[in-house]
Amino acid sequence: MDVAIVGVGLHPFGRFGDRTGIEMGAIAVRRALADAGVAWRDIQFAFAGSYEIDNPDAMVALLGLTGIPFTNVYNGCATAASVLALAADTIRLGEHDLGLAVGLDKHLPGAFSSDPRLYACPSWYGELGHFLTPKFFGMKINKYMHDHGISARTLARVAAKSYRNGALNPNAFRRKPISEDEILRSRMLNHPLTQYMFCSPDEGAAAVVLCRADRAHRYTDTPIYLRASLVRTRRLGAFEVHSPWLPIEEATGPTVDASRAAFERAGIGPEDVDVIQLQDTDAGAEVIHLAENGFCADGDQEALVAEGALEINGRLPVNTDGGLIANGEPIGASGLRQVHEVVLQLRRRAGDRQVPGDPKVGYTQLYGAPGVAGVSILSV
Amino acid sequence: MARIPLADGVFTWPPEEPRLIGSRCGACGIVTFPAQDGCPRCASTEMTQHLLSRRGRLWAWTTQEFPPPAPPYAGPTGAAFVPYGVGYVELGGEVKVETRLTTIDGLTIGMAMELVLVPFRTDGDGNEVVTFAFRPVAETGAGA
Repeated sequence: MDVAIVGVGLHPFGRFGDRTGIEMGAIAVRRALADAGVAWRDIQFAFAGSYEIDNPDAMVALLGLTGIPFTNVYNGCATAASVLALAADTIRLGEHDLGLAVGLDKHLPGAFSSDPRLYACPSWYGELGHFLTPKFFGMKINKYMHDHGISARTLARVAAKSYRNGALNPNAFRRKPISEDEILRSRMLNHPLTQYMFCSPDEGAAAVVLCRADRAHRYTDTPIYLRASLVRTRRLGAFEVHSPWLPIEEATGPTVDASRAAFERAGIGPEDVDVIQLQDTDAGAEVIHLAENGFCADGDQEALVAEGALEINGRLPVNTDGGLIANGEPIGASGLRQVHEVVLQLRRRAGDRQVPGDPKVGYTQLYGAPGVAGVSILSV
Repeated sequence: MARIPLADGVFTWPPEEPRLIGSRCGACGIVTFPAQDGCPRCASTEMTQHLLSRRGRLWAWTTQEFPPPAPPYAGPTGAAFVPYGVGYVELGGEVKVETRLTTIDGLTIGMAMELVLVPFRTDGDGNEVVTFAFRPVAETGAGA
């Protein structure tokens, strides 16, 4: 059973005072329902993702208590990808015909923090200051730049692109262009990554209405088909966050595994993709993920970024809505924000940030703690 | 005021000629740090204590230039915070260990490093808590 996306909705990403995560989630759901032209009472099942909110299904108090199976999901930085995969699989298995995937979060400012023992790390690891994601991303891109000849200027160019694209996106958190030099001059946080090269935890929600592909035209003239949606976790030897040690043997990361599996399932390759959403926790992550997802060879990013290939009008448009750098990262919603953008692009309704031509295939990738990645492939 | 280790079982104590305390799998030979009961590669439970090499080479590094969120971070904050290096050091071809580095200047991938114990913080009883760290050393004898 194939799966189609027939509605998408977004609550803007940013800071929203007293508005609760549940309220933002309900707003995103109503927008997705309106986009699909269905009523809440038509929805047969739902999955909801959040890090901060224990029971996002409590939004039924705002939407209507219809008694549907409504499952809450938390799966690290791949939470939203997991929500999407579970919702799609429910339809693929024939359990239901029409359902909902929604993600929401409301984080405090500043780097994520937690008890290291909850991640199978000793307490002293956190006391020392090691239980922190930004310095992992600093180490990963610093080593990648050393091994593959990427410059700090390339990181600044990637971040500047994100802020430029964010300025074109009315739902983005950061909507002011920032120059490459200003990005390079901003405060050094974890060498070589400066403050403006990082995304921030923030608030927001996104929702997607999915249905059996053979019924999609009941709801929309422009169904977007979900060709693959899956999650992979780290193998021994992958260089991952929150690792007090690593073995000598090296393995590719979960993004590589998820990407290869998704392309295999979709029956297409990276050369077929027209618009791309990558996890850009920092500008270096976008550079690395371009290669890890098969869109270029290691080191090619230096020339690709310089020639503008990753721009909205480039041959590999990446993070057309500004990505995480311009939108921030409400963990539960982030991956569905990516899907929202790809759906708009494939419908050719992305406004000022629409990629040119006739895009037919879109791609989204999430990656993060504790070494988990999610990939989805969508097509017209 | 006494000097006390960061935690029991992380490095040998008393602190002369310190060694990090890892474990080695009797079935497949993988070395972990810190020591653990089960093997992450072959799932055996034949893990025994294994002291790691004191010297190695820098495999990856960055700097930590803002105070980590506390808790869990327990070190100096505010005006007392001093930026430090963080990296993975490959020890004796057996394992890569994540560690503080004693400097943020002149770090290069592949450089020779040596284990040292350095002051980390003063606890509520006035004890000086000591942590492990690695510092750059001259090339001669590195990687031994």
